[in-house]
Amino acid sequence: MTFTGNRALMLEQPLIFEMGLEDGTGVDIGAPPAIATRLAGLERNRPINLPGLSEPQAVRHYTRLSRQNYAIDLGLFPLGSCTMKHNPRLNEKIARLPGFADIHPLQPTDTVQGALALIDLVGHWLVTLTGMNSVAMSPKAGAHGELCGLLAIRSALEARGDARSVVLVPESAHGTNPATAAFCGYAVENIPANEAGRVDLDALKERLGPDVAGVMITNPNTCGLFEPDMIAISDAVHAAGALVYCDGANFNAIVGRVRPGDLGIDAMHINLHKTFSTPHGGGGPGAGPVVFSEALTPFAPLPFVEKQGDQFVLVEEEIAGEHHGRTFGRMTAFHGQMGMFTRAASYMLSHGADGLRQVAEDAVLNANYVLRQLEDVLDAPFGASGPCMHEALFSDKGFEGGLSTLDLAKGLIDEGFHPMTMYFPLVVHGAMLVEPTETESKAALDEFIGALRSVAQRAKAGDQDLKAAPVHAPRRRLDETLAARRPVLTYRAPDPAEAAE
Amino acid sequence: MRYLPLSDADRGAMLGAIGATSIDDLFVDVPEAAHLDRKIAALPDHASELSVERQLGALAKRNMVAGEVPFFLGCGAYRHHIPASVDHLIQRGEFLTSYTPYQPEIAQGTLQALFEFQTQVARLFGCEVANASMYDGSTACWEAIVMARRVTRRGKAILSSGLHPHYVEVAKTMARFTGDLLETAFPELLPTTDVARLLGAIDGETSCVVVQYPDILGRIGDLSEIAARCREQGALLIAVVTEPVALGALRPPGEMGADIVVGEGQSIGVGLNFGGPYVGLFACREKLVRQMPGRLCGETVDADGKRGFVLTLSTREQHIRREKATSNICTNSGLCALAFTIHMTLLGERGLRDLAAVNHARACQAADKFAQLRGVEVVNQSFFNEFTLCLPKEARPVVRAMADAGVLGGVSLGRLYPGAATLENGLVVAVTETVTEEDIDAFAAALQEALA
Amino acid sequence: MSLYFTEQHEWIRVDGDVATVGITDHAQGQLGDVVFVEVPDAGRALRKGGEAAVVESVKAASDVYAPASGEVVEGNQALVDDPSLVNTSAEADGWFFTLRLSDTAELEGLMDEPAYRSYVASR
Repeated sequence: MTFTGNRALMLEQPLIFEMGLEDGTGVDIGAPPAIATRLAGLERNRPINLPGLSEPQAVRHYTRLSRQNYAIDLGLFPLGSCTMKHNPRLNEKIARLPGFADIHPLQPTDTVQGALALIDLVGHWLVTLTGMNSVAMSPKAGAHGELCGLLAIRSALEARGDARSVVLVPESAHGTNPATAAFCGYAVENIPANEAGRVDLDALKERLGPDVAGVMITNPNTCGLFEPDMIAISDAVHAAGALVYCDGANFNAIVGRVRPGDLGIDAMHINLHKTFSTPHGGGGPGAGPVVFSEALTPFAPLPFVEKQGDQFVLVEEEIAGEHHGRTFGRMTAFHGQMGMFTRAASYMLSHGADGLRQVAEDAVLNANYVLRQLEDVLDAPFGASGPCMHEALFSDKGFEGGLSTLDLAKGLIDEGFHPMTMYFPLVVHGAMLVEPTETESKAALDEFIGALRSVAQRAKAGDQDLKAAPVHAPRRRLDETLAARRPVLTYRAPDPAEAAE
Repeated sequence: MRYLPLSDADRGAMLGAIGATSIDDLFVDVPEAAHLDRKIAALPDHASELSVERQLGALAKRNMVAGEVPFFLGCGAYRHHIPASVDHLIQRGEFLTSYTPYQPEIAQGTLQALFEFQTQVARLFGCEVANASMYDGSTACWEAIVMARRVTRRGKAILSSGLHPHYVEVAKTMARFTGDLLETAFPELLPTTDVARLLGAIDGETSCVVVQYPDILGRIGDLSEIAARCREQGALLIAVVTEPVALGALRPPGEMGADIVVGEGQSIGVGLNFGGPYVGLFACREKLVRQMPGRLCGETVDADGKRGFVLTLSTREQHIRREKATSNICTNSGLCALAFTIHMTLLGERGLRDLAAVNHARACQAADKFAQLRGVEVVNQSFFNEFTLCLPKEARPVVRAMADAGVLGGVSLGRLYPGAATLENGLVVAVTETVTEEDIDAFAAALQEALA
Repeated sequence: MSLYFTEQHEWIRVDGDVATVGITDHAQGQLGDVVFVEVPDAGRALRKGGEAAVVESVKAASDVYAPASGEVVEGNQALVDDPSLVNTSAEADGWFFTLRLSDTAELEGLMDEPAYRSYVASR
């Protein structure tokens, strides 16, 4: 153990509140003039208790923190359904052009025609790639996009006087799907899967009826499999008077090779931070634009961009009444995640139609390669039924000595990889969902496959050392029970009496 | 293609290893009717970096840049100076390209920064706890209303007339579907806020009162009386802060008795970005923490007894609770929260107070200058860095005329409240530390010209 | 005193018209470390099969349903202060609430101990 607690390049860093820097600062503001204030007598009269660091101290603080993070820039993230592809730096350069970054959303629209043109460009690419009729650009993330899609569906049904009360969701769906449906006021019922891991079409047809407003389908589904009956599913749903919502989280598998519009869907959100390479940023920001069929287009939310003649117009509340009177309303202040649109535009133009098609092909190829190279050592529940799409699904069958998927995942951390998606989808025991994406080289895949093979073999041999993993990370396993039983969510200075002991 | 590492030789080798003859074998589950056998012709092919920069640079050039002209817009998005190191730090690959910290052993960087962020937000707002960010201020405001419904089990929310109209529209849109009742009103061009109206409206069926501080016209109102009445009636007070720099000079809502404080963090670290991405701030009393939406970062220890941080209380969230979740939010605004916390750390209390003082002094200077123009009145009795002018004619065309003259002169109330005749002469003007004396003179000259 | 079990893994111990309700040891094992419990207030009316309480662990959250209808006599405050009691003593000190039954006939559909043990074993 060293004096500092450091280990060469792995450096510990206290909280900013523990550095005794209550009076510090890293900016030079200049003494404000003394004036008679007009603050309604509500001036602050107590300290805020916010420490300030000089620039060198701040840079060191955050640089040290950053080094305790895994990232795409460091290595492969095999996270199923997250599409952790490389985040191109050109995206960052484009997003920071002053003409995009330093403009205010409420400037007169004549002064921001280029910005509106960019939003229109991204919308055009999304509509063309999906074969749909229109796009709502304002949702702030995938889950927000799901909400947008379902609210449009509910509005459409209410407009035709046929409200309905139930939404059907596959058991394997991502948790945001039923959560969103519940927020929209629907009761949620499960659609079972068949033995091939797909939606049971017969069970679905049986359940459809005058009380079903819609279905939420992910395609490819959360087991990494394409739903071959998708057209039949859409037809059956429409015949029953309901509408189809498609979760577009897995669009990376089919972009440029399949247009969801050709599968009969009515609404689909697209995670720009997945298929379109905008950075994950440690938990956002993302963007979740939603493409709509003709049936749902009239209900799309405000605001949106429209070309009228050679001008771009922002359709906000005031002019909406003239030609978009059935909109369900506004989902967010201002216009949407412009910073993500610029990044997505840079990516779309860079890849082009030929490149995006290649993206899907390489993503699917990489996942199938991983599947076939590992299915001798890890159980692949659907491996025998045909190829997977962009992600490969394994289970914990054959693990010995009480070892679990979690133990395997922590072992993988020591090998230098972020774990894959675990315990999802719920329909497979100890599920491990691996999505390499197309930006991994064959060498990177081979290294990952070797590491996963090694840890899997240890799990099947019941190697109890895995229970202690990870041992090389900046922290060992953390006590989540303690964190939840006695939540400490902000810094509290220790009691001086306790500190003196 | 520069983002695709696989070579044709690799592809061939891998297909061989899989036992497939071509990539089409792997798409065998796609029905013929939906399968595209060649690339989409309506879109162009791939392009070099140079070409993409040219195309998108051309679009960027068609916009009037805030930093290049006298600039006075606010109304929920403010132009402040961001220290140079913020942008460098958030672009470190370990922050930019990292994932949500579900594997805490290899995400302590993100988690510690979030813990510091939560602490800063809670202290700034005068509250006990804060979450790890929402999408933006408007969705945070709606989520607070939903939370108040859960906590009080009542369905009627009173929204102050000073609440940002976009925030009101978002709440109205959502309430149509959830059945929440909202009492709303347009603002009036009066010197003080609508405290009296609110006090009169709170009763035993009120779930919450939502008040913006400072409000959409820039007015500052004491929240203490409203907080007391809410407490009497068993309702929650929700305060909305769209300009957090104001809290460098003003008493925070938590101190005045607000139960939930939400806001827009964009002013600190994030930049205008034409409206997004921004960062929603959400803070409340500790006893309400289990009803709070969004992610929470908590302190704990690891197997060696070392302090560490983890996402906690996640059973409230969508991926576990499914239908019963407190919210459906998943991806939030992590990198913007990081930018906020870095900027706040560089400011420190001293820097934030000085920054707020400079903003207020500059705004007073501008208000005094503009009040001297013929026919122009300053509506506000109080303001921080944003105030409303009442012009002798409709403000919206005046703003356009000023823009033609190269001055971005504020936001007309006609833009925010289209069709509201009582407000159409109103112009909301924001003055931050980025505004110079020359800018103020240019505004005055352009306004005078436009009114002539 | 009689002891019954439900398919949702609740137990109910009946003494005259007052019953004590909790979750089974099997259920607490499935949940993992319990971090939070919400128990009903005295006087609250419960319907058989309706939501009565909430139990949260690190990885899951579950509703606890009322095995029979009645009025709550008392919620177990000890659980609110120390949720780990559910793990260490699910079928004794980890009780959730007591209930004054409104219709003892509702107990007829419930399982006895041997029936519950084989129900668990079969899953």
